[in-house]
Amino acid sequence: MVKVSAPAKWTLRLLAVGYVFFLVAWPTGLLAYRTFEDGLSSVLDTFQEPDVQAALKLTAEVAIIAVVINLVFGVTISILLVRYEFPGKRALSAMVDVPLSVSPVVVGLALVLVYNGRDGWFGPGLEENGVIVIFNTPGLVMATCFVALPLVIREVVPTLHEIGDDQEQAARSLGANAPQTFWRITLPSIKWAVVYGVVLSLARSVGEFGAVKVVSSNLRGKDLTATLMVENKYQNFAQEQAYAIAFLLVLISIACLVVVALLRPKTDD
Amino acid sequence: MSIDITGVTKRFGDFVALDDVNVSIPTGQLTALLGPSGGGKSTLLRIIAGLDKADAGTISIEGQDATKLPPQKRNVGFVFQHYAVFKHMSVAKNVAFGLEIRKRPKAEVKQRVEELLGLVHLSQFSARMPSQLSGGQRQRMALARALAVEPTVLLLDEPFGALDAKVRKELRDWLRRLHDEVHVTTVFVTHDQEEALEVADEIVVINEGRVEQIGSPEQLYDEPANDFVMRFLGEVTELDGKIVRPHDVDVALQPAAPGGTPATVTRVLRVGFEVKLTVTTDAGQDVVVTMTRSHMRSLGVEEGSKVSLTVAPGAVAVPATGGVPTTLDETPAAAAG
Repeated sequence: MVKVSAPAKWTLRLLAVGYVFFLVAWPTGLLAYRTFEDGLSSVLDTFQEPDVQAALKLTAEVAIIAVVINLVFGVTISILLVRYEFPGKRALSAMVDVPLSVSPVVVGLALVLVYNGRDGWFGPGLEENGVIVIFNTPGLVMATCFVALPLVIREVVPTLHEIGDDQEQAARSLGANAPQTFWRITLPSIKWAVVYGVVLSLARSVGEFGAVKVVSSNLRGKDLTATLMVENKYQNFAQEQAYAIAFLLVLISIACLVVVALLRPKTDD
Repeated sequence: MSIDITGVTKRFGDFVALDDVNVSIPTGQLTALLGPSGGGKSTLLRIIAGLDKADAGTISIEGQDATKLPPQKRNVGFVFQHYAVFKHMSVAKNVAFGLEIRKRPKAEVKQRVEELLGLVHLSQFSARMPSQLSGGQRQRMALARALAVEPTVLLLDEPFGALDAKVRKELRDWLRRLHDEVHVTTVFVTHDQEEALEVADEIVVINEGRVEQIGSPEQLYDEPANDFVMRFLGEVTELDGKIVRPHDVDVALQPAAPGGTPATVTRVLRVGFEVKLTVTTDAGQDVVVTMTRSHMRSLGVEEGSKVSLTVAPGAVAVPATGGVPTTLDETPAAAAG
């Protein structure tokens, strides 16, 4: 550890704490205060509303489906990128990071352009076969998948690099085929990276706004996710209700992080 | 022959790791692949195991062509330099892995694991996690794990390279004794010539992707095929345009019999029971001479002494410019005269 003088230490601590306080702690605290300003019963009333319940249910559905898809594809792509050589590998690696740099609104717009039922590339074809993507749940799932895609990969890839493939080679030399090696050796050794990636994906999927806004029909009871509902309530002058839903979303995110912090063993593997 | 390696060539880009290698590994013996780092020996071992593929050539194990077989079908046990333990499994589960993959009945697996842990003296650690073991213990566990499936061949890739010197020596002896008990055809890779000379029944010297010599430790030490093998297998020094072993240089105080090289002792270093003398010839060349302490005392030689150097009769010598080695049967005086 670098030795720093006492005053410098305290200044750095103050800066760090101040940064977190003003950017995160205070706004969140204020949100909590405003939420419960009128008492617990008004908060509970908000969550009795059928539209709000539909929104929460939709968010849960979309987020869980998106997380599962990202889990399967994320782990697969990670292993592909780290353990195999193939033409186009670097292009794939670069593309994996695109969802983080691109604005979610652009993502939503791109999906609309490709999948809308009137003049999209695939939209009309899909709609003829009964699959409506835009202004419907599949579109929401796709948008959410896209923005959370890199999160599992960015956790798993460094871990795969770090543990190396010695264990996998040992497993092969002992007679294990590829699936056996994957389930018994690879997956358990990246366990915590996967869990952490899944939790981050879940938090991100629950909180997505821009992409789903463009893809959604914004009809209450049908296409509004919790985040869209927050905006909807706020713009219709039902601020306390907006705060209540927002507070719930914050609680979910914090719960995710706490769960991971508790689950992760004290000593890193 | 247990393993037949024919015409194996392997390139990594422009770098030729193995160049038309032909070796036959005898059954039931402990064979060492010895050579400097980067010489190709680990690559050859991995090709035998099926963990890497050769660009050309064939591998046959116990008479069966194994060139196209994946590692899991070759029935070889492999021990890695950095142990490659399954970190998330206990010691017993690690050792049981190969048997569980082959779906053996639980009772059989349990019995075999106990047997092997007893063999490697790790019985009391069977429930521990590998992170709780020392390096030497982990490597013994890795060995037990490799032996569990009764492999046809046991391959070890610099197995003691990651361990400290004392543990390395202990495990070296232990490996030899284990082999005497178990008799599995064993091939191990090392760059430590002392290790190879002490442990192996037969040594294959590999340098720059080519086999330099194959033979028993005595053969390699006493009859090196060329100056590379001689240099690699032990200390050498140069005298009279020849490369000889430092203990084959005779020292006599001047004035001595004619035919010797006049020189002065410039440094005396005591190493254990031996003495290492640096003797500078009048022509300016440094020659290293080793002898026992008692011999030095009886000669009366010390730092600054003027001496005369000759190569001992019957010593192995290789011409310094490369070429076929000779054994000197005559004293240099007689040869010159």
